Amino acid sequence: MIVVKDLVKEFGVHKAVDRISFEIQKGEILGFLGPNGAGKSTTMKMLTCFLAPTSGFISVDGIATDLDPQTVKTRIGYLPETSASYTDMNVTEFLKFIGEVRGFSGLQLAERVEAVIQKCFLESVRFQTIDTLSKGYRQRVGFAQAILHDPPVLILDEPTDGLDPNQKHEVRNLIRNMGKEKCIILSTHILEEVEELCTRVIIISKGRIVADGKPDEIRARSSEYYNIDLSIHQVESNLAATKLKSITGVKAVEVLPSTHSGLVNFRIVPEKHENLLGQVSELARKENWVLENLSLLPGKLDDVFRSLTMEGRA
Amino acid sequence: MKNFVPVFKRELGAYFNSPVAYVFLFIFLIATGGCSFWLGGFYERMQADLSSFFMWHPWLYLFLIPAVGMRLWAEERKSGTIELLFTLPVTLPEAVLAKFAAAWCFIGIALLMTFPIVLTVGYLGNPDYGVIICSYLGSFLMAGAYLAIASLTSAMTKNQVISFVLSVMICFVLVLTGLGVFTQALSNWFSVGVADFLSMFSFSTHFQSLQRGVVDSRDVVYFVSMIVTLLLANMMVLEQKKHQ
Repeated sequence: MIVVKDLVKEFGVHKAVDRISFEIQKGEILGFLGPNGAGKSTTMKMLTCFLAPTSGFISVDGIATDLDPQTVKTRIGYLPETSASYTDMNVTEFLKFIGEVRGFSGLQLAERVEAVIQKCFLESVRFQTIDTLSKGYRQRVGFAQAILHDPPVLILDEPTDGLDPNQKHEVRNLIRNMGKEKCIILSTHILEEVEELCTRVIIISKGRIVADGKPDEIRARSSEYYNIDLSIHQVESNLAATKLKSITGVKAVEVLPSTHSGLVNFRIVPEKHENLLGQVSELARKENWVLENLSLLPGKLDDVFRSLTMEGRA
Repeated sequence: MKNFVPVFKRELGAYFNSPVAYVFLFIFLIATGGCSFWLGGFYERMQADLSSFFMWHPWLYLFLIPAVGMRLWAEERKSGTIELLFTLPVTLPEAVLAKFAAAWCFIGIALLMTFPIVLTVGYLGNPDYGVIICSYLGSFLMAGAYLAIASLTSAMTKNQVISFVLSVMICFVLVLTGLGVFTQALSNWFSVGVADFLSMFSFSTHFQSLQRGVVDSRDVVYFVSMIVTLLLANMMVLEQKKHQ
C-alpha cells in the first residue's frame, strides 16, 4: 500500500530524514516511534505530499507521489500534528468544507458529515465554533476530517495527544476498528499506545530507522526480556540466590529491595533469551519455598526505545 | 479548478466569521466618506462628480488592502492549516486563485457599499455615470493589484505584521512613482526618460486615466498583468516552500 525507498529530506545542511525505506500493507497499523525531532513528522509530511523529498521515492496505493500528488492525496486521510483546522468555522461547516473539497455534494455530503460526527462523538458540539472547543474535541474534529472520505490510507500525527484517558481509549478503539481494512501509520511517543494498537513498529532516531518489526520482536531486544521476577516468603536471601544461580542458563541473580518484611525479591537474568520459568519453579518446589510471585518479564519497549535513541547522545 | 468554489466560499466566509470584515467595512466607509467630504472638498468644488471620492483611493488602499491581504497565507502558515489545505486534493493554482478572489470579492463588497455617495451626487446634480462606473472599475482593478502584492508578501512569511509592512512599502513606492511631485524630482535627478519609465509602472498613473472615464486598454492590461504576474510569483513562493 505504501512504499518508501531511500527517502531523504534536507533542510539546509540539516538532514532531517536520512535514507529511510519501508513498506506497509493493508491491515497493518504501523507505529512510528522516535524522540522529538527524529524526523517522524517530516516523513509524514512527505508521505502526504506536503513537503517534497530531497531525494528518494514514495508511492501510495501504487501511485508515485511526485508524479500524481493530487490522486495520492485522495487516497490519504491525514491528521496533522497540530490537528489544525479553520477555527473560525463551526464543526459542521468545517466538515462540510472538507467534504466538498473531497468531491462530495448534496445528500452524499450530508450523509458523510453526519457519519463522522457520530463516529467521532461530536454531536454535542456540532454547531460550536472550533475556536471554542477544548483540545480533545479539536483533536476529534481533526480525526473526523481525516476519515470523512473513508480513505484506504490513514496518516495520523500523534492522534491521542492532549486527550484524557477516556478519549484516548475511544480514539484507540476507532483506530483499531479501522485498522482491519485500512493501512494506518501513526506517530506517537506514548509507548503503551504502540503496544496496545500497533501491529508493527518502526523506531526512528536522527532521521534513520533503528528498529523495524512487530512489537513483540522489538520488545525481545530489551535487556529485561525473559528475566524472571521471584518473591519468596521467609528465606535467607544469600542462600536462595546461590541456589538460583546454580540453575544452568542463569547469568545473574539480583536481590531487589523489598517492600514487605519477610519477603525477598529476586530478579533472575538468563544467559541468553531463554525461558527458565520451568527450572525456577522446579527449584522452588524442591526447596519448599513459599512463593508470593513468580513471573516472566515480557521486556519493555521503553528500554529498547531508550537504548536505541540515546546512543551517542550522552 | 473544481475545488476553486469550496475554497473561495470558505475564504469569503472567514472574513465574515471574524470581526475583521465588520471593522474593515466600517473603517473603509468612514474613511472614504470622510476623505471625500472633508479633505476632498466634495461640496466646495460645486461639481457633480466623484473625483474627490476616488482621488483618495490609492492612499486608503495603501493601508487597508495590506490589512485585508496580510492574513491570506501568513495566518495559514502560523496556525498550521496550510498543512491541512495542501494535503487536501486542492492544487496550488486553485488555492492561490480562490483565496485571492475571495479577498478581492470582499473588497468589491466594501466598494459597492459606498453607493450612497453615488446617490448623493445624483441627487445634488447631474453627474456623468459613465465616468463613475469607469472609476469604480479602475478602483476595483487597482485594489486587485494592491491585494496581489499583499498576497505575495503574505506567502513569504508567517508573520502578519511583516507581511503588512512589506506590502505597504511596496505599494507606497508604486503609488509614489506616478505622482507629479515625485516624477519631477526623478526627472531632475536622472532624466525625463527614467522618470517616465518608472511612472509607467505606477498605480497612480494608470488609475488617473481610468478615473477620467477613459477605458484605455493599456491601463486595464497593466492592472490585469500586474495581478497575474504577482499571483504567479505567489505560487512560485509557495512551491518553493514545499521544497525548502
